[in-house]
Amino acid sequence: MSLLNVKLPGLDLKNPIMPASGCFGFGREFSQFYDLSSLGAIMIKATTPLPRFGNPTPRVAETSAGMLNAIGLQNPGLEKVLTEELPWLNQFDVPIIANVAGSSEEDYIEVASQISKASNVHALELNISCPNVKTGGIAFGTIPEVAKQLTKKVKEVSSVPVYVKLSPNVTNIVDMALAVEDGGADGLTMINTLIGMRLDLKTGQPILANRSGGLSGPAIKPVAIRMIYEVSQHVNIPIIGMGGIQNAEDVIEYFYAGASAVAVGTANFVDPFICPKIIDELPSLIEKLGFDHISECEGRSWRKHERLTYHRG
Amino acid sequence: MIKQENCLVVDQLEIADSIYKLTLQGELVTEMNNPGQFVHIRVGDESGPLLRRPISISSIDRSKKQFTLVFRKEGIGTSKLKDKVPGMSVDVLGPLGNGFPVNETESGGTALLVGGGIGVPPLLELSKQLTANGVKVIHVLGFQSGNVVFGEEEFSKNGETYVVTVDGTFGYKGYVTDVINQYQIDFDSLYACGPTPMLKALETRFSNKKVFLSLEERMGCGIGACFACVCHTPEDETGYSYKKVCTDGPVFRIGEVVL
Repeated sequence: MSLLNVKLPGLDLKNPIMPASGCFGFGREFSQFYDLSSLGAIMIKATTPLPRFGNPTPRVAETSAGMLNAIGLQNPGLEKVLTEELPWLNQFDVPIIANVAGSSEEDYIEVASQISKASNVHALELNISCPNVKTGGIAFGTIPEVAKQLTKKVKEVSSVPVYVKLSPNVTNIVDMALAVEDGGADGLTMINTLIGMRLDLKTGQPILANRSGGLSGPAIKPVAIRMIYEVSQHVNIPIIGMGGIQNAEDVIEYFYAGASAVAVGTANFVDPFICPKIIDELPSLIEKLGFDHISECEGRSWRKHERLTYHRG
Repeated sequence: MIKQENCLVVDQLEIADSIYKLTLQGELVTEMNNPGQFVHIRVGDESGPLLRRPISISSIDRSKKQFTLVFRKEGIGTSKLKDKVPGMSVDVLGPLGNGFPVNETESGGTALLVGGGIGVPPLLELSKQLTANGVKVIHVLGFQSGNVVFGEEEFSKNGETYVVTVDGTFGYKGYVTDVINQYQIDFDSLYACGPTPMLKALETRFSNKKVFLSLEERMGCGIGACFACVCHTPEDETGYSYKKVCTDGPVFRIGEVVL
């Protein structure tokens, strides 16, 4: 019996581990390392109506326990994703969560209505939290009412459940979560990157051509854990947690905070085998902690549970 | 095929000021094809650094399943790498990218190999393979200063070698292009690796020749997934068309990408 299967709106997952959007392309590169069908789901790279080149280079800079990126939503555009990337992914037995981005409300509506009709797209991830584009992105993700209205409009046109990806770059994350829940979101994914900057020691100038970028990696895990801990106590929709996950222990910590599934991001760049490794490690860790199923870990940081029983049986 | 392997450290040697030559041994050597490919090295543990470091393969010894990397100690990653001593292991992902096309120069032809600083190392294996094919090789190696010069002896074994330093403290004074001009070096094909200004100078000077340039760019994954190391293509300089340095390169034919 599986210890890992998880059911979420639109998603019947054999395990709760999926690569995060932007860290996995459309899967092609990783398919040379392992069978993508082993994944719980795949969050594909953000798709906009038209192709985007993204920002000038340098686009990445390393930081302590993390990295800054300012890719700028480079993607081949909706048409190519529909005609090339999604059909290619169809060879794998894995649900796709399509990350939807744009510069305007119309952009989001166009991408959402079309991409949600693809047979292997089981859910959308509404990207209102990209910090690296001048228009759109995070602009929709920092004002609760704006986020709520966009969620509502995307919900109206989407053929599949809609998860909204929240930005940590807000004063009150709970207000944002409640607003999009009110707008009809079926779930939340959190967190996107934190805005940061690194300066070059010799020139005094920012290393990234975009000047600022999004911080990801282990450095942001405590920020994500705290936010999921808060938000999960206030909303009635599931949360897919992400931010610095590197191993099975991190996954359990996210579940304890209140996540129902998790996404692995930056770690894919360091170890291309990280997702299957974590999926392999999880069952024995769950048993060691005394649980019969990973869902028993959910919200343990704040739910009233009986005491943890180590080495049960 | 790309492999991930903990390779054994066979040797570690400081060959110039802060320049190290690391010899590694592993099965992935059998996957190495053309010179100019690179490996992505993880030097850190949980305490960091987080990301891998892309480093060009300098030489390959198939019979011993060994390869060498020459790198400059600069930040925390390369500082940790230089501390690896024989008997230790290094996490290597590779070989990655497309290297220099050796067969583009016919036997009996002349190839000019131009390297700048830490761009010199991948030219060594190239020089070896070209020579084995019966190609005459000429090397022009540029460095900032005499204290960071390396490789002259090894390159000289294969062919004529000019060393040039910006400050004139070793060999000729000036830039690689000065030496090429001064000695009116003639060639059938040119292979180069080094800083972008050097590559641009070569591109301008030899736009009518057969030229292959190896680019350097900050990378995330090294396998084409993160889109950190993209560059524009000349036919669509401001548009969407792009090449990835890690998987389409790092070696490009002149005019294939915008420098």
